[in-house]
Amino acid sequence: MRISQIFSSTIGKKLILGITGLMWASFIVIHLLENLLLLNPDPDPFNKWAHTLISLGPVIYAAELVLVVSLLFHIFYAVRVTLENNKARSVSYNKSAGKGGVSRRGLATSSMIYTGILLFIFIILHLLHFKYGSYYEYEVGGVVIRDLYRTVHEYFSNPLNVTYYIVMMALLGLHLSHGVWSAFQSLGLNGPRFTPLMTKIGTGIAVFVAIGFIGIPLFVLLTGGAA
Amino acid sequence: MEKTINLKLKIWRQSAPDAKGELVSYDVKDVSTEMSFLEMLDVLNEDLTKKGEEPVEFDSDCREGICGTCGIVINGIPHGQEKATTVCQLHMRHFKDGETVLLEPWRAKAFPVIKDLVVDRSAFDRIISAGGYISTKTGSAPDANIIAVPKPDAELAMDMAACIGCGACVAACPNASASLFVGAKISQLSLLPQGRIEAATRVQNMVAQMDAELFGACTNIQECEAVCPKEISISAIARMRREYVKAAFK
Repeated sequence: MRISQIFSSTIGKKLILGITGLMWASFIVIHLLENLLLLNPDPDPFNKWAHTLISLGPVIYAAELVLVVSLLFHIFYAVRVTLENNKARSVSYNKSAGKGGVSRRGLATSSMIYTGILLFIFIILHLLHFKYGSYYEYEVGGVVIRDLYRTVHEYFSNPLNVTYYIVMMALLGLHLSHGVWSAFQSLGLNGPRFTPLMTKIGTGIAVFVAIGFIGIPLFVLLTGGAA
Repeated sequence: MEKTINLKLKIWRQSAPDAKGELVSYDVKDVSTEMSFLEMLDVLNEDLTKKGEEPVEFDSDCREGICGTCGIVINGIPHGQEKATTVCQLHMRHFKDGETVLLEPWRAKAFPVIKDLVVDRSAFDRIISAGGYISTKTGSAPDANIIAVPKPDAELAMDMAACIGCGACVAACPNASASLFVGAKISQLSLLPQGRIEAATRVQNMVAQMDAELFGACTNIQECEAVCPKEISISAIARMRREYVKAAFK
């Protein structure tokens, strides 16, 4: 069997979705941990960390390239799988109900493609808001660095922006609540102890990420916006 | 204690594969709660025959929940709401007097409707054929325990072999995926030493056939396991994926 054949099979497409999804889930957790520095009333630690990352040069470009490529693969295969799955039932039921029990059928499982598309748009806007957003500089310890902390605090002083972020981060939590454990299952990683544990960890990550990323803009707004 | 109930049935009627179907309402009176769902349909069909109307076509064979022939989506759930039950073993005591019950055929591109509630499930047969054979010594009967099989593996293989191929997993899956069926069939053989010899080509050929039949991809919703009359676990699907990846590196 050729490797290319794997990636055109239903199993192979889900393998790609699982691997790229786990890469992004890992990035999101790290991204949240880094951004907890925004809760610090002192802007210096956050700005210095952001400056350190930018100063990595080729390393950070490589990491960004990996993220962009994996995101594009994730989206391409998600859309493809969804379209093919829709075709697999050409005549729909007059009534379709979940049986309950072990079934995970619900809001998270049925909305993956929609939350996914909204999150993709969000990622582009998010980069425009911050990475390519308003640019301020200031001097710390004799070095002139970007004051990204100010950009973020300025942006989240607007309740409308905060509301948008709250909604999107709730959707991210919903996406991850099915996505994380499902990625392991798609990779064939299943076991009587492993799977219940991964389901719990997946839900834990979803809740942690949603609460964390909702908390930051809310905290900034409630504590008065720009420092 | 036996009692009788009256039901209003809404049944999908379709005279031929290409004909346009529709839901038709029927009143069934004095249904014994001791009857199975299929016996209730038998009563309806006798009545329709006497009236000179076309009886409702549905599949059934053993009527004891082991052959996998019957299958109707009842009120939106394949085989109905009872746990680990086929339609033939679903009894009328689970229905309320005066209830409206909706009956639809399995819906999947790979399972075209032949007539009324009967669908063509030969796609499953073609997947099984694609799986091929196992190599074994023929001739005189071999010594019974000549190939040692760990007890847990033997039990698990039996759990997987419990699949009766009814197709409820496909009918329940929002993606009309056949992954639970194919996963069970692959697992049943790959767990045993006798099935290891052709394990790689088997999984490749069966998955290729499954995809060629236009079943959807599994998105891990687990509705299949919930409706499976034999309660086959989606660990079967994970095992199929592991076997598939393993085969790719062979």
